[in-house]
Amino acid sequence: MTAAGFLSQLLQVALALLLAPLLVGWVNQCRAWLANKSAPSLFLPYRTIRKLFAKDAVVAQNASGIFRLTPYIVFGAMTCAAAIVPSLATDLPFALAADAIALVGLFALARVFMSLAAMDIGTAFGSLGARRDMFVGFLAEPALLMVLFTASLISSSTSLPEIVDTLAHREIGIYPSLAFAGVAFTMVSLAENARIPVDNPATHLELTMIHEAMLLEYSARHLALLEWAAALKLFNYSCIGLALFFPFGIVTSGSDGLMLVSAAPLLVVKLAVGGAALALIETLSAKMRIFRAPEFLGTAFMLAVLAMLVNLLLGA
Amino acid sequence: MTAPSSLDLVIGAVVLWMALGTLGLVRPARLRFVSIVLFPIGALVGVALAAVALAAIAAPPLVRVLPLGLPDLPFHLRLDALSAFFLFVLGAVAAAVSVYSAGYFRSSEGTAPGLVCFQYHAFLAAMAVVLIADDAYLFMVAWETMALASYFLVTTEHRIPEIRRAGFLYLLIAHVGAIAILMCFGVLQGSSGDYTFAGMRGQHLAGAWPSVAFFLALFGFGAKAGLLPLHVWLPEAHPAAPSPVSALMSAVMLKTAIYGLLRVGFDLLQVQLWWWGVVTLAVGLASAIFGVVFAAVQSDMKRLLAYSSIENIGIITAGIGLTILFRAYDKPLLAAIALTAALYHCLNHAFFKSLLFLATGSVLHATHERSLGKLGGLIHRMPWVAWLALVGTLAIAGLPPLNGFVSEWLLLQAFLFTPTLPQSFVNMLVPVATAALVLAVALSAYVMVKFYGIVFLGRPREANLAYAKDAGKWERTALAYLAAGCILLGLFPVNVIALIDPVNMQLVDSGALQAGSGSNWMLLAPINADRSSYSPVIVLLVIVAVVLLTIQVVHRFYHGRIRRAPPWDCGFPAQTPRMQDTAEGFGQPIRQVFEPFFRMQRHLPSPFDAKPRYAVKAEDPLWYWLYLPVARGAEVLARLVGHIQQGRISVYLTYSFFTLLALLFLVR
Repeated sequence: MTAAGFLSQLLQVALALLLAPLLVGWVNQCRAWLANKSAPSLFLPYRTIRKLFAKDAVVAQNASGIFRLTPYIVFGAMTCAAAIVPSLATDLPFALAADAIALVGLFALARVFMSLAAMDIGTAFGSLGARRDMFVGFLAEPALLMVLFTASLISSSTSLPEIVDTLAHREIGIYPSLAFAGVAFTMVSLAENARIPVDNPATHLELTMIHEAMLLEYSARHLALLEWAAALKLFNYSCIGLALFFPFGIVTSGSDGLMLVSAAPLLVVKLAVGGAALALIETLSAKMRIFRAPEFLGTAFMLAVLAMLVNLLLGA
Repeated sequence: MTAPSSLDLVIGAVVLWMALGTLGLVRPARLRFVSIVLFPIGALVGVALAAVALAAIAAPPLVRVLPLGLPDLPFHLRLDALSAFFLFVLGAVAAAVSVYSAGYFRSSEGTAPGLVCFQYHAFLAAMAVVLIADDAYLFMVAWETMALASYFLVTTEHRIPEIRRAGFLYLLIAHVGAIAILMCFGVLQGSSGDYTFAGMRGQHLAGAWPSVAFFLALFGFGAKAGLLPLHVWLPEAHPAAPSPVSALMSAVMLKTAIYGLLRVGFDLLQVQLWWWGVVTLAVGLASAIFGVVFAAVQSDMKRLLAYSSIENIGIITAGIGLTILFRAYDKPLLAAIALTAALYHCLNHAFFKSLLFLATGSVLHATHERSLGKLGGLIHRMPWVAWLALVGTLAIAGLPPLNGFVSEWLLLQAFLFTPTLPQSFVNMLVPVATAALVLAVALSAYVMVKFYGIVFLGRPREANLAYAKDAGKWERTALAYLAAGCILLGLFPVNVIALIDPVNMQLVDSGALQAGSGSNWMLLAPINADRSSYSPVIVLLVIVAVVLLTIQVVHRFYHGRIRRAPPWDCGFPAQTPRMQDTAEGFGQPIRQVFEPFFRMQRHLPSPFDAKPRYAVKAEDPLWYWLYLPVARGAEVLARLVGHIQQGRISVYLTYSFFTLLALLFLVR
């Protein structure tokens, strides 16, 4: 374990924790602009989180320990995931402990706990949200795994830093397998982060909620942690996408350690563009009925499988 | 006098179990004697067996001939790495189930406790003998004993007609399978007439015979393991049996079938052909998907777990299929990884499935209810069972850092290494097979959230659940032991794989852990660390550290105040616990997406119904496509044969006469 590796590891986690709410603020701002509304402050998510932390937690009477533990576990899993995804550098000591499959496992861990907590209170909307979230998850998770597998076939490794190292050192060009995988990944990210067209993060109508329905009973610090974890999830997904499909600028094995200085601003720029693109996609599409979601995610899944097949057939 | 060898100790365990069972028969109605004395001693024997087996895995094979059985057919016994591994599974799980049984069985309507004790220990002993048998004769005797003992255990509540029916179906399919196994041994002995396994190993079968033997074994053992399409007995028999028996059947008996498949496929047969691997892989994955989709729509908690067993057996079989594939293409290291994944999953499944079946037993005793729709909120009434079952739930859902994830991780690694095979057709299959596998794994998380959420979380759906009592100390001990097993198997994969490696050496001539790959006690790296690595201990430590740190920081910088209030009613104050999702409701999306899988009957109420009733029944279409036609065919055949049965002695004597003539003509 090198000192530089340790440094980039810490820096990356700290950056993820700090920047995640900003990314959410940025996406919200872009959405408002695109809808021709006056935009909320870029820093609104931070203020919300701070405000929530200061409040008294209200917990439903029949909530069990699972309900109170879940926000911490979800937050822990997402922080762990932020430590694995190479957003700044590929010299990450912690990434040895968990590869791409474990990353998907961490996301699944968070989702299962969220769903269990939502069912814990025993309200109709909580279990509705849990059911729908697991439903979206069972299709999105395999699709995400298949996207990651396509990348791991290219680099013959499931370790994320290794994958990014390989991808970053290839000549720039269009690789059909990655193109398929990229489309599939975008679709999965929309679903997994509770975005339009699968879910609507801004909805106030319980019947259409997925992610928000699971949060209905949460308040104060628990809610703050879950909001923060959701922001971290969006950040992690964006970083996976950037690392797989736009790996330039990330400090890879052969490059100078000083590039870390330029990697961080570059990441912010890439995230800003990515966030704007996300806002654009959300503005241009309409929310689907929940039973259209399997078609959407099934398409993503098939595209990811195709990506793997194309990779095997063409070797590219 | 020399110290007894480990094989002698295993025989000793078998004898002790039989003795305990026989003691139970002395005073069959004495529940206290059976539960306080016999079952705990049986558990100790299980622990001892597990310890002996653990030591024997790495030891060289031991052989012994017992002068029992028929005059010229003594019993051949052999203890090698493969047997020892499965004996370890048997001992470790039997210990837990016996401890649990000490607190579980009541004097009820069904079989007397002493008789149950006898059947139970005979079942354990028969499984142990299956695992050490070294000739086809002893193997079949033990196999049939196992089937019969478990049949009687399944029908413990024999006064209920459905249970008798379930038991009969189980017995029927067990025998169909046993015939195939018998024929398989017949093929394997060539024409030598030597039915010892040692003799079969020396046979070199020509032409299509190895394939015939392999597929007979796949069919025969698949019937016992619950592979598609021979799975129908499993969701009937498991709910019918008392919970400890379901646990034992699911955790160990299904594994004896896996043992048999491995024994025939890798030990007795000298060659493995690639297309066997493809077929096995396909059967395994089909069972996995089928099992998990059906599990998602069940509303009886033990049926749900039974279907989930089909899924897990499917995953194990897929691992075996992949092993055969690698073995056929002479890639020993990859074969070892795939086999490790399969064996690891056997071990994992034994632990988490017995944990969950035993937990349902406790729930059943506390609430007298098996239907998910009438449970709920038990985490408040039964905290021990609920929190221990949570471990099993997370493990079976394949979440890091528990044990289910490790074997699935290994299996996915094995899949990702496949593109190095020479045949492009097989390579093309890989993405499809991987996709099927990850789909099954992801769906199992759905199923387990449904199971746990509906049984233990939420509000009680029925009033009488308020009186549910937590499990007693025997039951708690067993559950805690199994949960600890799930955690330890998840946290220290390298140590577990080191234990499995002698089996790999025996079956595929290579270990899964290569020197220089960078693996150590906390880092699992099958090929090398650049390629893939996983360290559950570190993942767990980091998550726990972040959780503790966050709790500290939040409480230090802000506060830890909490106020209890009624849940938000969405402006509708008349909410009742019955408005929570039911099992049917939770499974509804799966029912809709996988509609072609089911034979569905829906009864929807009209809007004007004063007392609306909603009913939905999702049935297994294979029952209608395969089993009923076969049954009808058998009936027609029986009726035709019935024509020659006239019931008059003279007619039968004529038949005998003609048969004799025919025989004389044929063998003259």
